[in-house]
Amino acid sequence: MKRIWAFLPLLMIVVLGGFLGWGLNPNRDPSEIPSALVGKPLPEMVLPALAGIDNAGFVPADIAMHDLALVNVFASWCVPCRAEHGPLSELAAREGLALYGLNYRDQQADAVDWLNELGNPYLGIGHDEAGRAGIEWGISGVPETFILVRGTIVHRHVGPLVGEAATRPFLDALQKARMR
Amino acid sequence: MIAETGHFALALALMVALVQSALPILGAARRDVVWMRSAEVTSLAQAGLIAIAFGALMHAFVTSDFSIINVFENSHSAKPMIYKVSATWGSHEGSLLLWVLILSLFGAGVSWAGGNLPDGLKARTLSVQAWITVGFLSFMLFTSNPFERMSFIPANGNDLNPLLQDIGLALHPPLLYVGYVGFSIVFSFAVAALIEGHVDPAWARWVRPWTLAAWVSLTGGIALGSWWAYYELGWGGWWFWDPVENVSFMPWLLGTALLHSAIVTEKRDTFKSWTILLAILTFSLSLFGTFIVRSGLLTSVHAFAVDPERGIYILGLLGASIGGALTLFAWRAPQLEPGGIFAPVSRETGLMLNNLLLATATATVLLGTVYPLILEALTGEKISVGPPYFAMTFTPLMVPLILAMGIGPHLSWKRADLRGVLQRVKWSIAISVLVVAIILWRDFGGPVMAAIGIGIAIWLLLATLADFAARIRFWDDVRGSFARVRRLPRATFGMVLAHTGLAVAILGFTGSSLWKTETVVFVQPGDQIEIAGFDVTFDGVTEVPGPNYIARQGALTVDLNGRNVEVLRPERRYYPVADTLTTESAIRHTLHGDLYASLVEPQGEVDEGTWTLRILYEPLINCIWIGSVMLVFGGIVSLTDRRLRIGAPKRKVQLSVPAE
Repeated sequence: MKRIWAFLPLLMIVVLGGFLGWGLNPNRDPSEIPSALVGKPLPEMVLPALAGIDNAGFVPADIAMHDLALVNVFASWCVPCRAEHGPLSELAAREGLALYGLNYRDQQADAVDWLNELGNPYLGIGHDEAGRAGIEWGISGVPETFILVRGTIVHRHVGPLVGEAATRPFLDALQKARMR
Repeated sequence: MIAETGHFALALALMVALVQSALPILGAARRDVVWMRSAEVTSLAQAGLIAIAFGALMHAFVTSDFSIINVFENSHSAKPMIYKVSATWGSHEGSLLLWVLILSLFGAGVSWAGGNLPDGLKARTLSVQAWITVGFLSFMLFTSNPFERMSFIPANGNDLNPLLQDIGLALHPPLLYVGYVGFSIVFSFAVAALIEGHVDPAWARWVRPWTLAAWVSLTGGIALGSWWAYYELGWGGWWFWDPVENVSFMPWLLGTALLHSAIVTEKRDTFKSWTILLAILTFSLSLFGTFIVRSGLLTSVHAFAVDPERGIYILGLLGASIGGALTLFAWRAPQLEPGGIFAPVSRETGLMLNNLLLATATATVLLGTVYPLILEALTGEKISVGPPYFAMTFTPLMVPLILAMGIGPHLSWKRADLRGVLQRVKWSIAISVLVVAIILWRDFGGPVMAAIGIGIAIWLLLATLADFAARIRFWDDVRGSFARVRRLPRATFGMVLAHTGLAVAILGFTGSSLWKTETVVFVQPGDQIEIAGFDVTFDGVTEVPGPNYIARQGALTVDLNGRNVEVLRPERRYYPVADTLTTESAIRHTLHGDLYASLVEPQGEVDEGTWTLRILYEPLINCIWIGSVMLVFGGIVSLTDRRLRIGAPKRKVQLSVPAE
């Protein structure tokens, strides 16, 4: 019995070593954030409206009506969202895109104040107070912006859409989405 | 020319290490004293040669010899001298050279200070140490030559990352490495003991000072890195459970377990195979850390430039050393004779509990660190494991550990009187329960865990002091107790200092993570923010030139109860050569807590003159640094114990009685 126990550490190290060896595969990029949802429709759930503002909430079917739509995940407590808000509103207006908002882990009143202050470009806003939709959608932080073609996610952008480096790949993805 | 000398010295060191990896151990098998003692010369020669190489590289950095790729990529002539020196170990190649230097210095240390070691054990230990040196020297010479020249000589260098131009960070790698690599000699002792097939209390006594020295250094290195992250990264955190932090923390946890199990082996001649296993695994985790940092296997803020070929080489090294050692362990450990028996309530049991909890905690951290990789390999799914996992798995293991830590030192070896011990700590129990009750009743905010954290810290502090008082019989005979203080072994002082240090640090961990308040706001000159009772006024930003950067410095007037107490000046620095911005936070330190401010220029559509201001109040955070210093000093005091200074007694002479 003691003999078998003595082999246990070796066995564990061999298994761990196997995984480490696999991980060295040069084609692997550990810093890439995957988008589990790309190529899939939004998870089926009802996102209620914010109280105190005109925008309706939405369900995935609302977004699927549009050939091309954006869903922007934002929160009033998120500083980069504030920076992104102007350029994103402009972009949606210029390109004539249906822009939806997912208000993530926010107080209703704060979100309403925020929208009143900065302007409200959204066609519909879903309120995700508990972060439930955030988990279903696999959101890693705010802001994030999804591009959807007839309800199917084709691109996910993590971080604010501010500055050339961030905007360029997003616009490229948008261009590609139009071709579909 | 000097660089070539360094390169040549490295190649020579490899030759010497090759000799040392074979001759002494063969000598030990053949009982040839001359062969065995050759290790004493070769280990010193090896350290000397590697020191020459290290000096040559440092010379190249100090004189800014940009014909060497390594210098060109990691230095700049306008950099302050101290950071030119520290750039020597700022790159992958340079840090590897430092690694090997420390490895050989520990080997030389054993051959110089280990006069009372038996020839056989010493020879085998130094040979095993040389195997590791051969592995790493060849790795360096074949894949990462620090002295490689360029075909042309650039006019100036690429600078060192400005984030790293900091005194805390200049000292952090050497300390961390002494800790990491210091465990190598303990590993070598363990492998040598397995080869001999014999472990006894004398062995444990020889190993303990080396373990302690490595542990002290690792503690200091981790604390310094954490301190650097706190004031340099600009968002007020001191521990992020980042993979690279975890890989330095795991050897610390297991090294702490080893430190305690070696006491049992030394005093009670038991826990032998366990102590050997810990010695092997602690250094294995150090190697694992080196591998993670240099292979780009996991995402981290710390990683060096990634090269898969290097990764494969280190993985091979890891496989050979860890796999080899554990195979030897599997073969030999069952033959190690079991030692003394002990009752369920005894100091042995206490230390066993300590070891089990620390080993489990290490396993938890290891699982959290490699889980993303395992999941990706099995399912292709990519996830990251963050602080919530560690808060849920690691913290619950620490609570019973700290509770047991208060009782442990009170217990006597073999069989302890639990009732007597409880009698001694009853006030400690009562006061800590009272503290928890008061915190919950007064409702300071924050989760229940905060009250528990403070409670166990107070418990550990009081119970440790109660143990100290009992040892000097303070309550029975106050006058005589002062004389008894002086007769106590220094190891006891070390233990008391380290255990109370941990208690103080826990106050800091708890306060700063669970009672932290934070605001992030846009400010314009004249704006006022209120946080944790302070009124902070933003007075605007001015430009201040620095030696190799331009700073934009904000001024924040801090008022407490209507009285001005401080002007904080957080900076945003621009380094033109590296074209990088860094954040210099400004901190008002008090024992009660730190007021921490950092400024960032906002992006996007905001008015000129508006800045993003982040202000935090972190209660009790300085307790972390005070506690860490106490831990380090506890280790150092213990290291000066007479028992370790004077040296261990000779091994019992094993009389072989003929069977006839």
